[in-house]
Amino acid sequence: MDFPLNRDALDAIGLTLALASATTLILLALATPLAWWLSQTQSRWRAPIGALATLPLVLPPSVLGFYLLVAMGPQGPLGHLTQAMGWGVLSFTFTGLLIGSVIFSLPFAVQPVQHAFESMGARPLEVAYTLRASPIDAFFSVALPLARPGLVTAAILSFSHTVGEFGVVLMIGGNIPGKTRVVSTQIYGHVEAMEYAQAHWLAGGMLVFSFAVLLGLSMLRKRAGRVRP
Amino acid sequence: MSDTQGLRLRLRLARPDFALHVDLALPATGITVLFGPSGSGKTSLLRCVAGLEKPAHGLVRVGPELWQDDASGVFRPPWQRDLGYVFQEASLFEHLDVGQNMAYGLKRSGKPGAAAALERAIALLGIGHLMDRSPGSLSGGERQRVAIARALATQPRLLLLDEPLAALDLARRREILPWLERMRDELSLPMLYITHSVDELARLADHVVVLEGGSVKASGPAQEVLARVDTPAIVGDEAGVLLSGTVVEVDARWHLAKVAFAGGALWVRDSAMPLGQLVRLRVLARDVSLTVHETHDTSIQNHIQGRIEAIADDVHPSQTLVRIRCGESVLVARVTRRALSALNLAEGAAVWAQVKSVAVIG
Repeated sequence: MDFPLNRDALDAIGLTLALASATTLILLALATPLAWWLSQTQSRWRAPIGALATLPLVLPPSVLGFYLLVAMGPQGPLGHLTQAMGWGVLSFTFTGLLIGSVIFSLPFAVQPVQHAFESMGARPLEVAYTLRASPIDAFFSVALPLARPGLVTAAILSFSHTVGEFGVVLMIGGNIPGKTRVVSTQIYGHVEAMEYAQAHWLAGGMLVFSFAVLLGLSMLRKRAGRVRP
Repeated sequence: MSDTQGLRLRLRLARPDFALHVDLALPATGITVLFGPSGSGKTSLLRCVAGLEKPAHGLVRVGPELWQDDASGVFRPPWQRDLGYVFQEASLFEHLDVGQNMAYGLKRSGKPGAAAALERAIALLGIGHLMDRSPGSLSGGERQRVAIARALATQPRLLLLDEPLAALDLARRREILPWLERMRDELSLPMLYITHSVDELARLADHVVVLEGGSVKASGPAQEVLARVDTPAIVGDEAGVLLSGTVVEVDARWHLAKVAFAGGALWVRDSAMPLGQLVRLRVLARDVSLTVHETHDTSIQNHIQGRIEAIADDVHPSQTLVRIRCGESVLVARVTRRALSALNLAEGAAVWAQVKSVAVIG
């Protein structure tokens, strides 16, 4: 029997980690201001935008992947835009995959952060204002540090959810080895080809990884709960 | 009061279930206590002064500084108002230690002499030994002292305190009150202090604003406001006056001290007060009775001569509050209508007030 993690498998793992890391970074940068806005605003747009940000949670990944594929394709609005900018078509590329992953995992990043901002209430910010902090200053010096447990949860959930996604990746990425083939689609490929041994190694690795993430998350929550009275 | 001294507040705030409407001129120094039942608008008023209630209309002027004036379109946001705010519950930043909490406002206020102000605030509230602790490890009293010191360290022009002791038990309150009295006596900083505790009012207030249903029911020097019987600030068993006097004599044999005030003198329990010390006395209306002639065959030793200035209804129809003018001071007695009628007492009558009990409140 070959060494179970062959070249293709390592490529897929590397790509998965790169995709999950990039997705997590982009999501934290996007979700934090969005979560802040949702937690503070009294605008009538709050409910529809909030629903839109939660939509990927309930939508079948294939539906999301299908629309993204159409939008990114040569005839889609996003495709027109990227072509006009000279970037070509994004479907079946790593960038396309990244955009899909970001949208797909958005609720997993927004909700913990929004919850953290909401549960701290207005008081810490008011205190900061009465100590001469402007709203931007208060956001970075008070709100963000106090929301740290929420940010950590958001990062871990975004990362692991991206690692585990399948439908969107298959629709947008097309499972091209070394380019858009990630662990989950690789497993699928192995099973299709009846290569159960290789599938076992990757699937087992995912199982251990997911368990470790959940265990780590619950331990983190417990510790955060102890610190706050 | 000249135009650039003291506080000028003219504020309107409309809420679906409540409307605040006040017009106040307050002194430039000392503690002004905002007093009234819950829902009377005390906290709303304080938040308007701080700029935390955006929809508030009107005018806020602190000394020469205009913080808000709708007429000239001025509205400074809270972080541009030179104030300190102490919230009811402990409001320390949990992600910073005590020292960092203290430094938070200090480094943002950008005033000269920051280091000295920090030292002063730490010494004044006695929190030097707590600097490295985390807020979660402090007692309620310690947390509130740090919060007060943190506000003071920014060297504000006005200090706002929203029931700073309400969340504390009696022992913790007793622990903080002396620090507050010290602040009042050592700083020339005006303070607006919310409470619904008569005890805190009596001990701390120089000036009192009584609020009810969002309007000002009374505003004036503490002694005057408490001596009113037509619109009493405090109703029920705790109605009574505040007197300020000097210890003039100590009777070591009977453990008593004589406190002279403008209009008379009272013997009180001697609590090792040096001669010449200024003290506040609180005399409750229920502890004052009236006689037409001075009587000596009674256990009550404090008799003060005066003249009835006003008679007003008390809560129960059988009783009245009688305001007695004694020189420059005023006492209030709770007496039944029947007694007034039997003694034939009316406004202008000369009486002796017998004072059964006096509380010395520092």
